[in-house]
Amino acid sequence: MKEYAYFPGCSLEKLAIGYHQSALETTKKLGVKLRELDDWNCCGSTTYFHIDELLAYTLTARNLAIAEKTGLDVVAPCSACFKNMFFTQSHLKKDPDLAEHINFALEEDGLQFSGDLRIQHLLEMFTQDIGAEEIKSKVTNPLEGVRIAPYYGCQILRPRRDHDSAESLENPQYFEELLTAIGATPVDYPLKTRCCGGSLIISSRVAALSMVRNLLQSAVEREAALIATACPMCQVNLECYQQAVNQEFGTNFEVPILYFTQLVGLALGIPEKKLGIGKELVSAMPVLAR
Amino acid sequence: MTEASETYTFTFMKEVSSLLHAADGNPFPMCVQCGTCSGSCPVAAYMDYTPRQIIAMVNAGLKDQVLDSNTFWYCASCYQCTVRCPQNISITELMYALQRYSIWKSRYKEDMIGPSFSEAFAKTIMRTGRTFEPILAPSYIFKFKLREFFMEIQNATELMLKGRLPLLPPRIKRLDNFKRMIRRIIPMGGEA
Ligand code: SF4
Ligand code: SF4
Ligand code: SF4
Ligand code: SF4
Repeated sequence: MKEYAYFPGCSLEKLAIGYHQSALETTKKLGVKLRELDDWNCCGSTTYFHIDELLAYTLTARNLAIAEKTGLDVVAPCSACFKNMFFTQSHLKKDPDLAEHINFALEEDGLQFSGDLRIQHLLEMFTQDIGAEEIKSKVTNPLEGVRIAPYYGCQILRPRRDHDSAESLENPQYFEELLTAIGATPVDYPLKTRCCGGSLIISSRVAALSMVRNLLQSAVEREAALIATACPMCQVNLECYQQAVNQEFGTNFEVPILYFTQLVGLALGIPEKKLGIGKELVSAMPVLAR
Repeated sequence: MTEASETYTFTFMKEVSSLLHAADGNPFPMCVQCGTCSGSCPVAAYMDYTPRQIIAMVNAGLKDQVLDSNTFWYCASCYQCTVRCPQNISITELMYALQRYSIWKSRYKEDMIGPSFSEAFAKTIMRTGRTFEPILAPSYIFKFKLREFFMEIQNATELMLKGRLPLLPPRIKRLDNFKRMIRRIIPMGGEA
């Protein structure tokens, strides 16, 4: 059984508990073990870089150093956590002086960062390491006829520059392939990699809500019955601001937003409850009960 | 342009670019004003100045106009501009640098909630090693008494009923080590 170091991130403890539960359940069923990092800390999301980049790197480097100790590859289910890990490692490798300073701080916790981890987003682990074929071979309850819009969001794709081609940055396909593997119909819609804008709810409510509306609109116009996400923040933004969008723009969106792991779990025959389905604000049951 | 203002021009651009560790190879002066960044930016329509305009203004040393604008607080950090810029300039990093610059110099506008939110977030991390994010937001909304946020608060209540809203941020176990670690990065007075 292949084992990975797993960095859940703060959102997964409560807000995105369904993501956490379904990640553990589906990987178990697929023969992969996720070992949660011991005593990880919050990495500061995208917010912290406003204030102090050095401290932001330190927060993430601590988690990386903890992961290195396990000798395993590391996966993160939150796109922002993933981006922070990916870039902290690459910046610190390029800047040995900075790495030395941070290692001096990490000594206080008996840790050292060396920068040789393989870091993946959980969705990539599913599509690259386990693979669509393998997942397909274990599907017992294919989600036939369910039209699902895959939502990549931003930080899983950008600003990393290690894509195979410009096409795989601008128009990736791996999420679609996963949805096809579980028997669903992936919906092609233009805004799949567009930012949801949810983080702007505080600085500009109108900008945030318009961006969420545009995204929902784009998916619904292509007759998506639900949207699949791979990030707790994407999920929360698309779900929690739907009511506000409806009020603001007189729309009537009622699109369930699930995590890809919940959908994979259903196809693998895992009961809804174990996947945290039922905790969403817009119920997915009417769509899934076919 | 006088000689003095040329020196000033040089300084603001340099000042901003030196605020970034990641700025090595972020050549602001190489901007060719092609507008790819603005065309890619999902928030451009709401910004006082578009990303293309901001970088031109930074390069021209228009410090006051830049700092008085909402542009850098409205950036959603989506990196669409950055991956598409033909000159390999990271506009996102520029936006971060401007946010930091305005916090350090206390040059942000009172009605910009961004800075208080970022600071509150940072304080929570320092205290516990963890945060509430992103539902941290509603508590700051109360602070700013913005009526329009009622919907968001209702959502928070609903999340609580579904068992998804944490009431207290959990703490990490080795918190003392963690605080000492932070002190090696940021020297702070007082008790750890
Ligand atoms: S990105 Fe968010 S969820 Fe992920 S650890 Fe950091 S703050 Fe917490
Ligand atoms: S889509 Fe929204 S929540 Fe997701 S990564 Fe982008 S800004 Fe963050
Ligand atoms: S895309 Fe790059 S070169 Fe073009 S205007 Fe923007 S910053 Fe300048
Ligand atoms: S990173 Fe900021 S400036 Fe660049 S496209 Fe996204 S929102 Fe616009």
